[in-house]
Amino acid sequence: MDQILLQILNGLDKGSAYALIALGLTLIFGTLGVVNFAHGALFMIGAFCAVTLQRILNISTITIDPTKTDFLGNPAKIKTPVVETWFGPEMGASIIDWSVPLAILFAIPIMAAVGFIMERGLIKHFYKRPHADQILVTFGLAIVLQEVIKAFYGANPIPTPAPEAFRGSFDFGTYLGYEANAIIYPYWRMVYFGFSAVIIAAVFAFLQFTTFGMVVRAGMADRETVGLLGINIDKRFTIMFAIAACVAGLAGVMYAPINSPNYHMGMDFLVLSFVVVVVGGMGSLPGAVLAGFMLGILEAFASMNQVKAIFPGIDQIIIYLVAIIIILTRPRGLMGRRGVMEE
Amino acid sequence: MSTSNLTRRGLIKNSAIAGAGFAAPTIFTASSAAAYTNEPTGGSVTLGFNVPQSGPYADEGADELRAYELAVEHLNGGGDGGMMNTFSSKELTGNGILGKKVEFVTGDTQTKSDAARASAKSMIEKDGAVMITGGSSSGVAIAVQGLCQEAGVIFMAGLTHSNDTTGKDKKANGFRHFFNGYMSAAALAPVLQNLYGSDRNAYHLTADYTWGWTQEESIAAATEAMGWNTVNKVRTPLASTDFSSYIAPVLNSGADVLVLNHYGGNMVNSLTNAVQFGLRDKIVNGKQFEIVVPLYSRLMAKGAGANVKGIHGSTNWHWSLQDEGSKAFVKSFGTKYGFPPSQAAHTVYCQTMLYADAAQRAGTFNPCGIVEALEGYEFDGLGNGKTLYRADDHQCFKDVLVVRGKENPTSEFDLLEVVEVTPTSQVIYEADHPMFAGGALGSCNPGA
Repeated sequence: MDQILLQILNGLDKGSAYALIALGLTLIFGTLGVVNFAHGALFMIGAFCAVTLQRILNISTITIDPTKTDFLGNPAKIKTPVVETWFGPEMGASIIDWSVPLAILFAIPIMAAVGFIMERGLIKHFYKRPHADQILVTFGLAIVLQEVIKAFYGANPIPTPAPEAFRGSFDFGTYLGYEANAIIYPYWRMVYFGFSAVIIAAVFAFLQFTTFGMVVRAGMADRETVGLLGINIDKRFTIMFAIAACVAGLAGVMYAPINSPNYHMGMDFLVLSFVVVVVGGMGSLPGAVLAGFMLGILEAFASMNQVKAIFPGIDQIIIYLVAIIIILTRPRGLMGRRGVMEE
Repeated sequence: MSTSNLTRRGLIKNSAIAGAGFAAPTIFTASSAAAYTNEPTGGSVTLGFNVPQSGPYADEGADELRAYELAVEHLNGGGDGGMMNTFSSKELTGNGILGKKVEFVTGDTQTKSDAARASAKSMIEKDGAVMITGGSSSGVAIAVQGLCQEAGVIFMAGLTHSNDTTGKDKKANGFRHFFNGYMSAAALAPVLQNLYGSDRNAYHLTADYTWGWTQEESIAAATEAMGWNTVNKVRTPLASTDFSSYIAPVLNSGADVLVLNHYGGNMVNSLTNAVQFGLRDKIVNGKQFEIVVPLYSRLMAKGAGANVKGIHGSTNWHWSLQDEGSKAFVKSFGTKYGFPPSQAAHTVYCQTMLYADAAQRAGTFNPCGIVEALEGYEFDGLGNGKTLYRADDHQCFKDVLVVRGKENPTSEFDLLEVVEVTPTSQVIYEADHPMFAGGALGSCNPGA
């Protein structure tokens, strides 16, 4: 039982990332009708916003310390971060320590701008083209974006630690009557799950309770009629694209401490996120969230040694296997709507 | 009446055979003019540097390329000569190899076997490379080594740590300077015993491919021999990015040591995840929980940041070594590029020097001459102390470094500290050791 609880917890954070990416994908698909293969790259750019802010905060003044030598035997260069000079060593150090949460504020305008430029600059030209063209162009864009990131940041993962206060793990087991260390879960992953829940709730509330959201929902249902009513639906949809980019980007920012960001992380999530969207039902926002968590947890279960002993290699195929079963039994996915991708 | 027995059917048959002959790749067919594949005829000789220039090991590949360029510069008489000055053999004088100017071409392995073979083949066929070297993965090294054996050129392996490269997949035309999984285990085990005692329970997480398997086998055998119990060996897919579901059950398994048979991005992520789960703060079976990373790389350690602190592993070479060879190499590389070289850079620089020196001593670029010159060759002054290129398997035997993630690094390069230099006598094994059994070296192939 403790093993099962443990894997449910493990599935939650990965499921959160899947859900957030799939939510953005579904928003874009539902509003613009575009299958956006560059969405994983937006997640990756989000993570690199955290890396960039960390680098900015670590910009240092260099002083020569003649008492120490570097690896070549020359006088050592001592780096002092500028923020430590400005705010004092203690305050400066804690600002650097909190760089990942601070990067949320840093990432929102950047991601919105990236989303805006992507939609206005490239994707809008492909609205009336077949889905295959959209997939090709967005996939190409994803490759370009990841190569740009690699050119600037290199191919190796870059450590982006969580604030000191959130390092280490929480022992759930002792609270539930199990032995110590039976169910442990890192604090930062709990933060990540909570953060995702807030973002998901915010997106739903925005669509449900604002006039803007109402127009967007109406546009998702019948774009033409909304346009005929004199509403500039294109402008709203551009804003929705920017919001979807922000959701993916914020998912990336907060994911940075879980696994050190590298240029390839977007692709790692992208394919699975598409499966999540299809399983959840194309165009269904609750479906994307539900399927994200469900597949995240299933993937964690499949990695259990006990399961792998019975079905070797199951951890690598479980998501696709479940996707096949769901699509065979429910062709529109778990919560798919009639008419989406069926024209 | 014609006496010719040429028939339509016979003509088609013979044409087909002739056509097949012409269509065969030129590297696998004899050329009557040359004595061996790509015999250099002009005033220069071309070497093929096959390194990952894209993909996850691109940074390591870039460092290898820097070292290759430095080696070529030194061979052609440029720069300060680097380790040529400390190398025990004095055959190389900065006048190229056998009086021919050294030129090079590069290929991108992408850390994929098929891409690496294609780029090696192109460098041999189109650019006339007489030797192929480089790489940052055992899967790639084994694939390219096989190709070079068939093509009749020498392969000087780059960073490859699987036992199989000079074990069951060894080839007469292939040589490895880098150490291997067995040697890591032999060097690490006594240090681990001293530090953590003989009564430990180890849990292995292993990258699911040739390198991971042989390292897991080596480390498990060495630690079990000193009394440790292996609780579980779990294989993780190479494409894994999040290891939480593999790490979470570790504490509950009764294990008090976690061995991460991972490299590159896998190592960075699994170690980061393990530290996140607070494994290192736990007390299990009354003992402090420990993590071991048997193969360390400074470039990779950088990706894991502060998580490497206090964690033990092994490495082929480290820039902080104070022997004359290492100092000369670090000075040369550091002056040119502004940062110290990685172990990948070191091993490929050595391989280039060793190849050049072997050609010089043999008086030919003929692969069979090179093989003869390198087999059983003993040398010194290249940063690892006295070293032997064993004739039986073309593996270098030298001291192995046991290192630890540094607690208080003084610079961004100062991530590892050398804990012990394990002498060759402690890490050497018989050529027919069961972990290296199967396959045969065969005989050298000069190609043409």
